[in-house]
Amino acid sequence: MGPGEDSGVRERQRERASALQLGLIGVVASAIGIAIGLAIDWFPTAASTQADEIDTLWDVLIVASVPVFVLVQAVVLYCVWKFRMRPGQEMQDGPPIHGNTRLEVIWTVIPAVLILGLCTYAYIVLTDIEEAQANEMTINVVGQQFTWTFEYPSGNGVVRSTQLYLPENQPVRFQVRSEDVIHDFWVPAFRMKVDAVPGLTTSYRVTADRLGTYPVVCAELCGLGHAYMRQTANVVTRPQFDRKLQELRRGAPQGTGAGQSGSAGQAGAEGEGATGQGQAADGKAVFAAQGCGGCHTLADAGASGTTGPNLDEVLEARDAEKIREDIVDPGKEIAEGFANGIMPGNYSALPPAELDALVDYLEEQSR
Amino acid sequence: MTAVLRPAPGIPRAGLFILYGAAFAYLILLAAHGFDTGGVQGEAFLRVAMIACPLFALAGLGAFSYWFSWAIGSPTKPEDHSSHGAKTWKDYFRVNTDHKVIGIQYTVTAFFFLFVGGLLAMLMRAELAQPGRQFVDANTYNGLFSVHASILIFLFIIPVFAGLANYVLPLMIGAPDMAFPRLNALSFWMLPLAGILMMASFFAPGGSFATGWTAYAPLSTTAPIGQEFFTIGVQFAGASSIATALNFLVTIITMRAPGMSFFRMPLLVWANFSTSLLVVIATPFIAASQFFVLLDRGLGFNFFDSTQGGDVLMYQHVFWFYSHPAVYIMMLPGFGIVSEVLSVKSRKPIFGYRMMAFSLLAIVVLGFTVWAHHMFVSGMQNWIRIPMMITTAVIAVPTGIKIFSWLATIWRGVLRLDTPMLFALGFLTMFTLGGISGVVLAMIPITIHVSDTYFIVAHIHYVLFGGSLFTIFAGVYYWFPKMTGRMYDETLGKLHFWTTFIFFNLTFAPMHLLGVEGMPRRVYDYAEAFGTLNLIVSLASFGVGLSTLVFAYNIVASWRGGPRAAANPWRALTLEWQVSSPPPVFNFDAVPTVVGGPYEYGVPGAVHGVFKDGARVEQPAGPATERAGE
Repeated sequence: MGPGEDSGVRERQRERASALQLGLIGVVASAIGIAIGLAIDWFPTAASTQADEIDTLWDVLIVASVPVFVLVQAVVLYCVWKFRMRPGQEMQDGPPIHGNTRLEVIWTVIPAVLILGLCTYAYIVLTDIEEAQANEMTINVVGQQFTWTFEYPSGNGVVRSTQLYLPENQPVRFQVRSEDVIHDFWVPAFRMKVDAVPGLTTSYRVTADRLGTYPVVCAELCGLGHAYMRQTANVVTRPQFDRKLQELRRGAPQGTGAGQSGSAGQAGAEGEGATGQGQAADGKAVFAAQGCGGCHTLADAGASGTTGPNLDEVLEARDAEKIREDIVDPGKEIAEGFANGIMPGNYSALPPAELDALVDYLEEQSR
Repeated sequence: MTAVLRPAPGIPRAGLFILYGAAFAYLILLAAHGFDTGGVQGEAFLRVAMIACPLFALAGLGAFSYWFSWAIGSPTKPEDHSSHGAKTWKDYFRVNTDHKVIGIQYTVTAFFFLFVGGLLAMLMRAELAQPGRQFVDANTYNGLFSVHASILIFLFIIPVFAGLANYVLPLMIGAPDMAFPRLNALSFWMLPLAGILMMASFFAPGGSFATGWTAYAPLSTTAPIGQEFFTIGVQFAGASSIATALNFLVTIITMRAPGMSFFRMPLLVWANFSTSLLVVIATPFIAASQFFVLLDRGLGFNFFDSTQGGDVLMYQHVFWFYSHPAVYIMMLPGFGIVSEVLSVKSRKPIFGYRMMAFSLLAIVVLGFTVWAHHMFVSGMQNWIRIPMMITTAVIAVPTGIKIFSWLATIWRGVLRLDTPMLFALGFLTMFTLGGISGVVLAMIPITIHVSDTYFIVAHIHYVLFGGSLFTIFAGVYYWFPKMTGRMYDETLGKLHFWTTFIFFNLTFAPMHLLGVEGMPRRVYDYAEAFGTLNLIVSLASFGVGLSTLVFAYNIVASWRGGPRAAANPWRALTLEWQVSSPPPVFNFDAVPTVVGGPYEYGVPGAVHGVFKDGARVEQPAGPATERAGE
């Protein structure tokens, strides 16, 4: 045995020892990393059957990806520790290793198998969370700058609200539409979202399984009031839901079947079903249903939006004609400190009765 | 010869020509309205002027002069080198055909826009430090993140890579210049104009463009006029990109030194070859998407008005067919830089060189098959999501090959842990995290929850900051001696690395959690519950901002008064290090012949290229300048 072969054997042994050392460090670090990854409270409260499946998929992804991350970090840190240039090595090179086919095959095949496995699992989860359920209830969701309106089937017509109500354990299919630009209907507690696209009806399903109130968020940039396009989803018991629907139905203005419900687009606000106070009260309902409070402040309507002018201030000294003009042609006269093109121009399409009611209501507020 | 040899006109003439452009725009509109002065509208004028003024500015700079002369039959001189090479700093402010001057023009301009974009980010984080409204209103905030992203994507990352490659790529393949030097100059000068357009949008009536860098219709087709500063600015940045990519492709294919086969090319060259393929095929799509928007806005085409038969989703398909490959356009050149740095600084050959090259091409091909993963919740046909999920996840395989090969490259090397190496290793660790969150995002059920949240913001910044920007810093430090002839300050460089690395992680890691917890992106106000994490993120982001000042100081001070750099301070084998620092005007006094691979470190007596006697480049009429006649 020559001295060359001898040093070759020693070299291989050293290599193996390094790899073993590194492997041990990697296993320990991966275990710690996975423990941390699973311990972090990532998600908001889960309130739908869909949420449970998605949260489990997340945990699986943590378990699968932490070791990959740790492996890379461990090798980098190990190399920095073991192989960094030491004094006297300034002119020294590493061994001229050009490759190793077996290693290259391994690190192509293992990630490919891992990834296809994860894709398969994700596909199964996807089919589950989107599966049609028996006796689904359909709720229409309409997005507009900058509020959501929810429509529930009721007898021959629909009733509307600006806060979402869902009966517990009832499979629901949301049919999502948009009146103007793209929005995105997201309830983080349900883990599901879809864009509201002009010209399309999109949809998804959830079965809410936990009583409570949860934020409804617009997740697609829709303009100035995007950040404030937040409302509330209320998961209630079946009897509560039926009562609520009744209430909403009673509150609906006669003839139009529309324009009911609560205080503006601000999360958590309540105030459905104000009725019986004549024309002005209807106008208040229109103000709420159209989501005016998403952008405007108006004390009487409990609205505190700041995107547009404060109506408690700017309405003073404006007559009905001016107020009407402000609604149907917002660019004509612009309040100081605000830019043109911010207020949507589509309020001119309001039914005349609703527009009249809204103008009367606002004129009343201006006094 | 009758052609006049004089330096190209400077910026003042460009300014004058911008006025001509404005006058031209006004006259055109006046003619269109039958010379009724009351008919010309401000918006229409602004729109036409935004197209005309940059073109006039380019003419004023003399970027078209040669072609104009040729077209009208004036005598032209293909070997005119009067605007080649820089003698004083003033030459950097004129049209110049030297790829080394253009490379520096590109890089410095791009870094200017990095600081602009970074400053916008600081303003955003100041607003987001606490819930509620503090400094800016909704419109300004929406403008801040839109301009931030557009500037950093179109005027920093993409052009800075083009700039670094412009400088080193011809040197690396043993060429005296790029294939089309005049086109190269034109490509550069379109960029500052695009940047000025985007920044100027803040002064537009109704505020700057505020629909994100994605400019989704119909929000963008109904937004105030500021939107068009993006719509048109992107056209100039895109045209610049396409022209540069064509230039790189022709240069790489036709101008390699004798003996430099494709598999003897440094991986930086491979990376730019792959990137240029992506740019040439994909970039026309973003141009198309913005032309649609422009036609919708200016002439009422209703492409995206659903009430008039328009199709809102089509915008997204066309946009992402460019903008997903764009992610690789912003990453592959960085892969090239890291390959150079890791091999040289570890003193070892690149592990699995051929697989490294093939995986680049695999990413190019796969990169075109994944665009709709940006649209998992867009309401498009449901089935498209499944193949897009699989292709998206599968891209991790070639990317993984690269990461593991880099790890094997540094394994058992002799690691020089100086600034370029630290940034390359920082890239390896951070980009891995960005890649992993990318695989997580490929999984449709996860994306349904986290799309359009801060998780996306975290992911994109781990890829583009922890990935691209770290490689850019690595490249700038690595080639600084070659480009400037000076050495940078190593201590400040390391300080820059560590501050950037730490504050980067403190800024962007918490965003993963914010997103999963339910904070949407692109909002200037958020629920109270997200307050603490946002404050941490904002404070850390100011640390990132400060760390770049260390970089700026180091670069400026070292460029002015750093110690002189040797020709080859890193003892590298690739050709750019075999000439003086900075290299002579026509790069090589003798044509190099390539006799081996570019990374034969540790192989006794190995060389990449040799200089034969008697093969001197004829100056000024070298082989490249003959081609330059076009």
